[in-house]
Amino acid sequence: MPDVVEVSPLWAVPAALLVVLVAAWAACLDAGTGPGAVPGFTAPGREVARLLRQRRRTTLAADRLLWRLGGGGLLVAALLMVAVVPLGRWTLSDLGVGVVWFNAMDVLVWALVWMAGWGPNSAHALVGGYRFLAQALAYELPLMFALTAPAVAAGSLRVGDVVAAQQDLWFVVWMPVAFVVFCGCVVAFSVRGPFSSPTGADVAGGVLAEVSGVDRLLLLAGRYALLVAGSAFAVAAFLGGGAGPWLPGWLWSLLKTVALVSVLVAVRGRFPLLRPDRLVELGWVVVLPLTLLQLLVVSIVAVAG
Amino acid sequence: MMGMAAWLEAVLFWGLGVVAVAAGVAVFRTDSMARATYALALSFVAVGAQVLMLSLDYVGVVTVLMMVMEMAVMAVYMVMFMGMNPALMPMSMVHSKKTALGVAAGTFVALAAGALLVPWPERRGAPAVDLTASLGEAVMGSKMLVMLVVSPVLFATIVSALVLANPRGRYHRLGDDLRRRPADDPQRGGVGR
Repeated sequence: MPDVVEVSPLWAVPAALLVVLVAAWAACLDAGTGPGAVPGFTAPGREVARLLRQRRRTTLAADRLLWRLGGGGLLVAALLMVAVVPLGRWTLSDLGVGVVWFNAMDVLVWALVWMAGWGPNSAHALVGGYRFLAQALAYELPLMFALTAPAVAAGSLRVGDVVAAQQDLWFVVWMPVAFVVFCGCVVAFSVRGPFSSPTGADVAGGVLAEVSGVDRLLLLAGRYALLVAGSAFAVAAFLGGGAGPWLPGWLWSLLKTVALVSVLVAVRGRFPLLRPDRLVELGWVVVLPLTLLQLLVVSIVAVAG
Repeated sequence: MMGMAAWLEAVLFWGLGVVAVAAGVAVFRTDSMARATYALALSFVAVGAQVLMLSLDYVGVVTVLMMVMEMAVMAVYMVMFMGMNPALMPMSMVHSKKTALGVAAGTFVALAAGALLVPWPERRGAPAVDLTASLGEAVMGSKMLVMLVVSPVLFATIVSALVLANPRGRYHRLGDDLRRRPADDPQRGGVGR
């Protein structure tokens, strides 16, 4: 497979549309199959129409600036992540430190979710925001070391090089632990499934408690977009990017991303909700050592091979 | 005559500089700790973007990563150590005004004077092809001995600070003979201990 090539920045618009499209697919699948499923796949469409017409709810002494930044920022963070992910052999930016860039964008989510929780000046939302920070402390280190594994194996922080290094063997085959941990962390930073306690029903929706109308739409869309962006990066980092027989590279990238998103949506209801106050110990005592062992194996192979 | 691209780049660079300074001023003008925290984060993000424009990709992106994470963790410290959540109530972001003003003005004058008066050398040689790799070489290559000495000292400092700050030690957790199982923790952990 040839190396990735940078395309004109104008392609950012179709790329963003593609992310929104896959996110819409994830939302439809979620509504049609998850717990409390609605028959048919039209529920998200109706919800979008409803939210676009809904009036904004206001709360007393809300910090509107931070609230709006937090709610709208998730979608922006997801799009910035995708900027370094190649689609087949095209990429918007073949940044020399693309892996670190992705990591920086997922750290933005820490600030954004907390701001979305802090903004409305509501106890439930604030608890939700702090729950996310507690959760983020638990998942971020495993995520960083899971990201390090493909970079070490490729000997480069450039996403294009990471894809090229998988020409013979996809990284998922010989670094399965890093792949699984990474996928878990993608679910965690999209605040979904077992990691959805910041928006839990026990705190009246948490971060989502007060947000309404178009702000709510942006927040929910941002969560799905983060899931898509994370999956797209996992495809480039572990699943060989656009490699595959018969079909063109861009289609393989897209198909793999859609497949991974679908799996991550489908497993949502199969795990219990994880309490964020207990998650740190699980993350640091169990998952982090496993990830470090995986990294050790990868490093030995990289040095010896 | 500058080309169009160079001109745009200069405008962007100066614009980021203005954002960095304005956000830095906002830190002290706002009455909310949350806004002050994230104004500071914005200031650092603008500086990170400037560093990115200087083609120091790794340093620029890591600046953004570290500073945003640091500010988010600051929100955790707010509730952990301050006894209340100061973000929730308006409060002044300045104290010891005269000293602070004096120190700030003095530092600014010294740094600005240095930047303007130092005879900057002409560039010798060309930048490396892979700046990230050469930065790694520079930090970890010849300076490895320094790093090996500094890191255990730093680590020991962190551990001893935690030991001093921790209100509950192992005797609280495991009893006087350290034999109590499971440990007596006010907050049970996720692996059932």
